[in-house]
Amino acid sequence: MKRHIGLLLVGVLVLAVGFGVVADPFRVAVVMPSSISDLAFSQSMYDALLTIQNRMGAENFEFSYSEGMFIVSDAAAALRDYASEGYDLVIAHGSQYGSSLVEIAPDFPNTGFAWGTTVDTFADQGINNVFAYEARSEEGGYVNGVLAAQLSKTDIIGVVGPIETGDAKLYVEGFKAGVLATKPDAEVKVVWTGSFSDVALASESAETLINAGADVLTGTAQMVVGAVGVARQRGALWFGTQADQTSLAPEIVAANQVYDWTVTLEPIIAMIQEGTMGGTAFALTLANGGLQISVNAQALVGPTINAIIDGTIEIDL
Amino acid sequence: MIGSIIVGIASSGIRLATPYLYAAIGETFGQLSGVLNLGVDGIMLMGAYAAFYVALRTGSLTLGLLAAMVVGAIMGLVMAFVSVTMKAEQGISGIGIYLFGLGLSELLFRTTLGAVETINGFPRLDIPVLSSLPVVGRIFFQHNILVYIAFALVPTAWFILNKTPLGLKIRAAGQKPEAADSLGVNVARVRYAAVTLGGVMSGIAGASLSISLLNVFQQNLTSGMGFIAVALVYFGGWRPRGLLFGALLFSLVNAFQLWVQVEGIRIPSDFALMMPYVITILVLAAMARRRVQAPAALNKRFNRGHG
Repeated sequence: MKRHIGLLLVGVLVLAVGFGVVADPFRVAVVMPSSISDLAFSQSMYDALLTIQNRMGAENFEFSYSEGMFIVSDAAAALRDYASEGYDLVIAHGSQYGSSLVEIAPDFPNTGFAWGTTVDTFADQGINNVFAYEARSEEGGYVNGVLAAQLSKTDIIGVVGPIETGDAKLYVEGFKAGVLATKPDAEVKVVWTGSFSDVALASESAETLINAGADVLTGTAQMVVGAVGVARQRGALWFGTQADQTSLAPEIVAANQVYDWTVTLEPIIAMIQEGTMGGTAFALTLANGGLQISVNAQALVGPTINAIIDGTIEIDL
Repeated sequence: MIGSIIVGIASSGIRLATPYLYAAIGETFGQLSGVLNLGVDGIMLMGAYAAFYVALRTGSLTLGLLAAMVVGAIMGLVMAFVSVTMKAEQGISGIGIYLFGLGLSELLFRTTLGAVETINGFPRLDIPVLSSLPVVGRIFFQHNILVYIAFALVPTAWFILNKTPLGLKIRAAGQKPEAADSLGVNVARVRYAAVTLGGVMSGIAGASLSISLLNVFQQNLTSGMGFIAVALVYFGGWRPRGLLFGALLFSLVNAFQLWVQVEGIRIPSDFALMMPYVITILVLAAMARRRVQAPAALNKRFNRGHG
């Protein structure tokens, strides 16, 4: 009799340990306003989720995404679907999704939600399962601005912005501040195209800025590929943000502010695993490594190096 | 100083107008024959992708342009089949073509290219002699070949529509298809031809973006341009010179509002952005007294033998 009980206890123990070790993977769903290959906002989040999956292992971390959700009601439906499918964390990656989240989050108190870019966790509305995250993009903007001012020979610097809101506005303000702190007499000309995706207008904005004398440009949102193309054609330097845009035009992309969303995502995931479903706001900053500046040597010193190599420059000793 | 400002704005306006011209001229042919094609934007996206991909892989811009024309023709044929043969509701099927083109172009982009990259598109082609003219030379004669062709198509379209038998058949098919049918015009075939031609032109419009003006392809590159092109057909009163006026008006005001922002003139950016649309509406309202007639059979099914 004792033997049987003993075996039964061992069996129960093994099963318990087994269940403990083979935990369910942590499941994340994200709804994004643009494509995961937009070299900007959505891609930065997608890349971060891939990085976390590599770090935690595919058996411990799964994620699904819905991209191109620029219509808010579609996004709201997607958010609700994901929540009802039992995802542990549902990310609403777009400030326009806030009003939808206010309605959805209370219906799913056991699901953690994250909303960006914003600082509002709806705590004042009694909602406690929403995390907020943002990027203090004005910090990297300032750094870009400082370098841009030093590199500009005409002291006229152009900015191609989408809509004057959110982290686009923060970036442009920071950039302007950086330029003017370095060269108070420099001119920063800003064009808002009114859209995150109008590549043609971004392209013409760049042409207009260069015609007005700008020799260094920057901009934000996925439409800037048009502006980068024009900058490349006309030999202006480019400063990127949100993602590393060097691959678009390595000869002229001088530096990029790169977003690393893992710096906000990992604490959020940890808090959810410990049972806190929301209530804290996170930010990407230079200090916490969420914002990184990557400088492209090829654009900055490449032409000089090549000129020395092929003899165009002769060094008088 | 003021000269260089005018040159800059006018030159920008001409570049911005180019894709609208191609797409709207193509749509005019289709609409004059009686078929409303709201799928222009989707065809433009497929044309843009095809041109970009083929030009990137083969190194030949001409092959890219041809690919865009073939893809545009195929999509035009699909639209013609659905609207003329299957007699489906044209507005709906047009939106279906748009969504199809939007989705398929992105899917193909994702699977074959993956990341955004730029290409060396059609280079600037200065017209000899004319491009050296002061002011005028810089505004009109220092663009790339697809820009020139777009503008050359306006008188060409006018000639085809008004001075050739084909043009007469197209207009008859859209105005009084029963009468045309009784006179031996194959209304269905004319509509097929017009809508397919419209598809080819929309494909070229897309190519003008991806391998000539912007030199890049990205998801939803056109960002709704195709719909504005359809609106320009209405604005232009189904006449080539009317849509040229509309396209230039819209694009020049757009170029102007960009300049306003660059110069730091203290107009709120939202107001500046509204300008092209508001001005177009105002001009349309002012012109409303002229008598503009839509093709009488536009967006109506033609059932042969039922009158």
